[in-house]
Amino acid sequence: MSSAHETLRRGGVPRRFSGLLWRNPRLGLGSLLAPPLAWFILIYLAALVVLFVAAFWSVDPFTGELDRTWTLDNFRAILTSDTYRAIALRTVAMAAAVTVTDAVLAFPFAYYMARVAGPKLRVALFALVLLPLWSSYLARVYAWRLILSHDGVLNWALKLVGLPQVDIGYSRWAMWIVFTYIWLPFMIMPLYAALERIPGNFFEASGDLGARGWRTTAKIVFPLALPGLIAGSIFTFSLTLGDYITPVLVGGPGSDFIGNVVYANVGIANNVPFAAAYATLPLLVMAIYLLVARRLGAFDMM
Amino acid sequence: MESRATRIVLGIWVALVLVFLFGPIAIIAVYAFNASNVQTWPIPGFSLRWFASAWANREIRSSLLLSLEAGVIATAIAVLLGTAAAFAVHRFRFVGREAVSFIVVLPIALPGIITGMALNSFFVFWGLGLSFWTIVIGHATFCIVVVYNNVIARLRRMPHSLSEASMDLGADSWRTFRLVTMPMISTSLIGGAILAFALSFDEVIVTTFTAGAQNTLPLWIFGAIRLGQRLPEVNVVVLVVTAITFIPVIVAYRYMDQSTDRSR
Repeated sequence: MSSAHETLRRGGVPRRFSGLLWRNPRLGLGSLLAPPLAWFILIYLAALVVLFVAAFWSVDPFTGELDRTWTLDNFRAILTSDTYRAIALRTVAMAAAVTVTDAVLAFPFAYYMARVAGPKLRVALFALVLLPLWSSYLARVYAWRLILSHDGVLNWALKLVGLPQVDIGYSRWAMWIVFTYIWLPFMIMPLYAALERIPGNFFEASGDLGARGWRTTAKIVFPLALPGLIAGSIFTFSLTLGDYITPVLVGGPGSDFIGNVVYANVGIANNVPFAAAYATLPLLVMAIYLLVARRLGAFDMM
Repeated sequence: MESRATRIVLGIWVALVLVFLFGPIAIIAVYAFNASNVQTWPIPGFSLRWFASAWANREIRSSLLLSLEAGVIATAIAVLLGTAAAFAVHRFRFVGREAVSFIVVLPIALPGIITGMALNSFFVFWGLGLSFWTIVIGHATFCIVVVYNNVIARLRRMPHSLSEASMDLGADSWRTFRLVTMPMISTSLIGGAILAFALSFDEVIVTTFTAGAQNTLPLWIFGAIRLGQRLPEVNVVVLVVTAITFIPVIVAYRYMDQSTDRSR
């Protein structure tokens, strides 16, 4: 320990190196920024670009070889096919439905955390919301499969109170419930962050100026919470849009998402250009969504 | 202040949402002790036999090991790259600085299939066969943002005058980093690393595009549920995985508690 300290004092390697960086800020910036930036550009961004370009290629149906001639056939196939249109619409509609449901569930919860709960309860609720987020995704999907199955908890409870049995184990209802359940914490956290930032005297001022509870909520709380709401919706919307596990596990027949088609074309049919063309759809939707969100200040809430 | 009625209604709402959040997890816990191999409610009896059977399953053990290894390496990469990016953005002014936080968030902000496909096509393009290392590269890519966000949030809260004072008192930049900056960001680093590991340990969608013949634990669970095979063992695995993730959450929760105290 002390000998290591001596080396450092005399000018060990890290010390000399850090001194060099301090004297040459550009070198310092370069050595800090180059590794992460290279990682992202080489591995991820370049691949995204190639992916987008590949959407305009095709695959020879007989040999399976990649044909790099520019063509719009993939997009034409997607736009003219009723099946692919229906799948895209189903995916986006589900993402929207889940986002709205989560927003409705999360807003009173986050409001309670930010305004009503004391410091101790607030920290406890914070941890409780995070807890399911960090437990296994598959575990939580699977739990709903057990609950909604024919002999599951739901039907048992319905029987208990004398209601008729339901069979929604493999349906769109099941997907809606599962997605809402899984992404709910992603909506609560940024909403809470936004609500917590509203100074308490804003509420008093609004009240002093004669606004009742609802009016304060609509005119003060909601606009100020909007960036948080949008930040949360980025997660709920994007995560639903890109998911294909839940449709496989609880969706039942005829509930394919964009992701299922993409995965089938990459893994099984080996038609990457078509998969890429279909995947540009959620990419476009999210790109627009993110740009709007950035403008509305949602990134400060994440 | 909110009226009494509003507070009660909000309180009931919070309680119901908590039931919604934790009910399913509680049910998983009960099913793990199911004596029967048929999944019905209420379970016919309690038994521990599926724990022994899951532990004896070689596939489960090897996929668990693979997940742990991939998670640790991916987290290490994410910590190095995420911290470097956070320091660069915090300390320097440069062209495209604003874009960095946008770029790092892309792998998790974009739908998982897109990140998965992009990585998959990168590996195919360079002729890298899908292997353990392609899983690690994929996981590291979407874990970086977690560390980056945690560290940069702490750096922004840290007054710059502290490192200036340290250097005025004669410490060089390395010593300042070691003795002033590092202790102040260490909790955010640990928090970020835990979250990154949890993210990696649980990931399915991107992994299906970047894994070859190897099964991570989530891939094994996914396969078993989809095919409806070995469900009693799935119950056990899923419960154990959930229980294990509670430990890091409690650790991270303590760090979070400290950091909120400090900010006040």
